[in-house]
Amino acid sequence: MIRVVLPFHLRNLARVGAEVELELAAPVTVRAVLDALEARYPVLCGTIRDHDTMKRRPFVRFFACKEDLSLESPETPLPPEVASGEEPFLIVGAMAGG
Amino acid sequence: MPGKETEQIMSNIRVLVGTKKGAFVLTADGKRKDWKVSGPHFAGWEIYHLKGSVADPNRIYASQSSGWFGQIIQRSDDGGKTWNTPGSNAEELKGPEGMPKGESNKFVYEGKAGTHKWYDGSQHPWEFKRVWHIEPSLKDPDTAYAGVEDAALFKTTDGGKSWKELPGLRRTKGDLWQPGAGGMAVHTILLDPKNEKRIYVAISAGGAFRTDDGGKTWKPITRGLKSPYELPDPDAEVGHCVHRMALHPSRPDVLFMQKHWDVMRTDNAGDQWNEVSGDLPTDFGFPIDVHWHEPETIYVVPITSDSLHYPPEGKLRVYRSKTGGNEWEALTKGLPQKDCYVNVLRDAMAVDSLDKCGIYFGTTGGQVYCSADSGDSWNPIVRDLPPVYSVEVQTLR
Repeated sequence: MIRVVLPFHLRNLARVGAEVELELAAPVTVRAVLDALEARYPVLCGTIRDHDTMKRRPFVRFFACKEDLSLESPETPLPPEVASGEEPFLIVGAMAGG
Repeated sequence: MPGKETEQIMSNIRVLVGTKKGAFVLTADGKRKDWKVSGPHFAGWEIYHLKGSVADPNRIYASQSSGWFGQIIQRSDDGGKTWNTPGSNAEELKGPEGMPKGESNKFVYEGKAGTHKWYDGSQHPWEFKRVWHIEPSLKDPDTAYAGVEDAALFKTTDGGKSWKELPGLRRTKGDLWQPGAGGMAVHTILLDPKNEKRIYVAISAGGAFRTDDGGKTWKPITRGLKSPYELPDPDAEVGHCVHRMALHPSRPDVLFMQKHWDVMRTDNAGDQWNEVSGDLPTDFGFPIDVHWHEPETIYVVPITSDSLHYPPEGKLRVYRSKTGGNEWEALTKGLPQKDCYVNVLRDAMAVDSLDKCGIYFGTTGGQVYCSADSGDSWNPIVRDLPPVYSVEVQTLR
């Protein structure tokens, strides 16, 4: 079971709380987490990564275990603590503005 | 026929307001004095535009967007009380192959996206950014058009669940279109009520275009427009910075235009434009609209200049022409006549169909004003909303 923490506006859009849980088979990668998340909540399609290119939107970042994973390959396995559900996978709206 | 007073009592007005931080729905009876405010809907998101269907007034489409999370399309089927992203109801979540759908916000250019002119004159790839304007069909509530940035026109025929580009528009010299300061977007979509194959669109800064075959092919309709500073070529067909166009449904061949500078009119569906700025204090501005019952009565809000986006002398004045242009009168009663430095954006003016016609506009200062007497006097409905991007009105009987 994977825990995913969504930013405020995407929680409201998907009508969920701060954290959602997903069942996921190994290997647990960023792509696998996002595929499962969008399958469960289709309203999130296009909000985290581009519909067409599947690239991460520029002002969305990914964190886990206090590490910024935003620039990692989507195929890179996530830390074992995320795969086991001990630590959440964080989807964060980047800070911007003054 | 009901009398004016009976009509006012039996009718309701719903004003749909898109703002920088959410949508608001303002309602009143036909007297238009006591207003209820609902919102913010989609709090914290930019709402470029909301518009109701003429065919089914309970059907409202909204464009919700964010610099972080992109584009969302919302739809209400109960007059704005509840909202859903189209296709997200439980029974709609599975497609024919059992895969979930989530395509109501998928705006993908048809074929190779290509390039358009960039600020420095070079060519730049087309990139979808957001929906600026949604125009529901006059006959079918499931059909609507979306004008988007970077400029293109999309169409849905399934209530917003999916959108498909009408690529003929971008093939009309799209490589010469160039963004203005606000971006490059299709912001005006006018459907001809007498000819469903005819559609007009306006683009900043692409110009004005018309299709007579339902969107397959388009022609620039810019003859008579003059933009000497932006477009030195006096014969340029595209590239004009058209801010807004409007028509009266009884006379769809007559269009009025607020260009970057100049107020224009055409009497032959855009084949030839003539300037009607006349005695306006300045002919720069954004919105333009037509009185519901008087096709020759039009409204603009003059703004000082393209460098100073606020009303001349700090006086917020709507100007009305009852002669289809050239002769204008300032409408000031109830509007601030000192220290006012707001702007009124292109999609932020609308009219209702009551007698007397109601005129509405919203400002970047968060006020929405209503005139229940065709502009003679004004009252604020609300004063402290976020900056207003768009105002639409539904007259409900």
